[in-house]
Amino acid sequence: MTDFIRYPGRLVLRLLEYLGGLGMLGREVVISIFAGKRFPRLLGEQLVSIGYGSQAVIIVTGAFTGAVFAAQSFFQFQKYGVESTVGALVSVAMARELGPVLTGLMVAGRVGASMAAEIGTMKVTEQIDALRSMAVHPVDYLVVPRLAAMMISMPLLIAESITFGILASYVMAVHAFRIEPTWFLTHLRAHTDFSDIFIGMTKGFFFGVIITLISCWQGLNARNGAVGVGQGTTSAVVESSLLILIVNFFLTMLLNQFYPLGV
Amino acid sequence: MNDLEPVEGEDVKVHGPLWDEPPYIEVTGLRKSFGSQKIHNGIDLKVNRGEILVLIGGSGEGKSVLLKQMIGLITPDEGVVQIDGVDIANLPERKLSETRSKVGILFQDGALFDSMTVAENVAFPLRQGGLKDRKEMADRVKDALTVVGLGEHLAKMPINLSGGMRKRVALARAIVGKPDAVLYDEPQSGLDPVVSGNIDRLIVNLRDRYGITSMVVTHDMKSVFRIADRVAFLKGGQIYFRGTPEELKNTGDSVIDDFLEGSGSDEF
Repeated sequence: MTDFIRYPGRLVLRLLEYLGGLGMLGREVVISIFAGKRFPRLLGEQLVSIGYGSQAVIIVTGAFTGAVFAAQSFFQFQKYGVESTVGALVSVAMARELGPVLTGLMVAGRVGASMAAEIGTMKVTEQIDALRSMAVHPVDYLVVPRLAAMMISMPLLIAESITFGILASYVMAVHAFRIEPTWFLTHLRAHTDFSDIFIGMTKGFFFGVIITLISCWQGLNARNGAVGVGQGTTSAVVESSLLILIVNFFLTMLLNQFYPLGV
Repeated sequence: MNDLEPVEGEDVKVHGPLWDEPPYIEVTGLRKSFGSQKIHNGIDLKVNRGEILVLIGGSGEGKSVLLKQMIGLITPDEGVVQIDGVDIANLPERKLSETRSKVGILFQDGALFDSMTVAENVAFPLRQGGLKDRKEMADRVKDALTVVGLGEHLAKMPINLSGGMRKRVALARAIVGKPDAVLYDEPQSGLDPVVSGNIDRLIVNLRDRYGITSMVVTHDMKSVFRIADRVAFLKGGQIYFRGTPEELKNTGDSVIDDFLEGSGSDEF
């Protein structure tokens, strides 16, 4: 009977401890931004690693999502004779939902895992203690450059993903399904505006913060050697991905208040 | 000339322990537990300026934990840790920078940065300390690595070095900034007797030439008698013995004698 109460109690305590840890890291990041040491060279390295290094993943994800979405829309819309509106549907969906969410999930897998593994390995091999012993705060050196690089890279990666998604849908619609390009582009322009792109990029900014904070926290709290680093890396990807999906829902509802769709 | 290196035939002993001055490191009433496991149960210890204090004790007695508390890497549950008169036990991380820049530490496994070359690892504390002159930095890095016998390995990555070489690079990194004090966590482990002897001579030389205070955690009893001004023996979460190497040999205490001779309990 007591186990029946203890188990959920323990889960709640663990969740609170986890959220408290993330909150403390967030607080330390804010202090670091205003009072910490700056490492511009590291920011540059992270921009290359996150932004440039994610190009292939983002282009393939965006392009194939756009292409398959165009194909599925065409198959359905053809029944009703409105297949020329495929461009509008794909562009709005890519900009508002698919671009940011799929990019977020792919970056969580590629970059989040790498952050958690690298920082976790540094933790279990005392490299973080070595940093601290040389008067370098780990948040200044490891977290803030990664966070800044993510905040800059994610919106741009999402814009890129949206662009390639729309381009691929254009290629599919015009060359594979013989939709008139003028109709495709007319509908696309009529139903897509800057606010859709802005929503996608705003989501990307928040997803970047989520991925970085969770992955760095998992890395900084890694223990028990290689096994602990592996567990931390898995948790970083799973938790980032889940939180991206949850936060995406709330951001969609919130941003739709400011930029309503279909009005 | 490399000013870290001992010179044959030259008397470089211009410094030694300053017994009458306030200690450089002072630990008072230190207690530390991890969960239900008590590690330190009221430790009092002083390391005088210019002194080499060697800390010995069985495995798992908390020697490395004590070393890490002395530089604020682990926060004690209770007690005072003073470095050069400043109590660091309860200072927030960002206020520890000044004290930490005065104390170097050699970690048990080196803790070199994987992503940097040997030269970049050794240059790291100089760069963080604000040194901008590239030539001076290169010279000091080369000097520090020459002292540990690795002057030709500047461009190598840590992954391409043996365990002993990594430890020597880490030692170069700990001393390159000429700190007031250096804490060594098992500096001789994994090294052959010749290199181990060189490390001992280097520790003594740093004291004699620059008055650097040292605290050395070791299991190497030869090294204890080669370098120690005083020895502290940690047992049961407290300092069981403190005194000179001669006094250590002649305590007549069975626990200490068993430890020195490697005899005693058959249990693992």
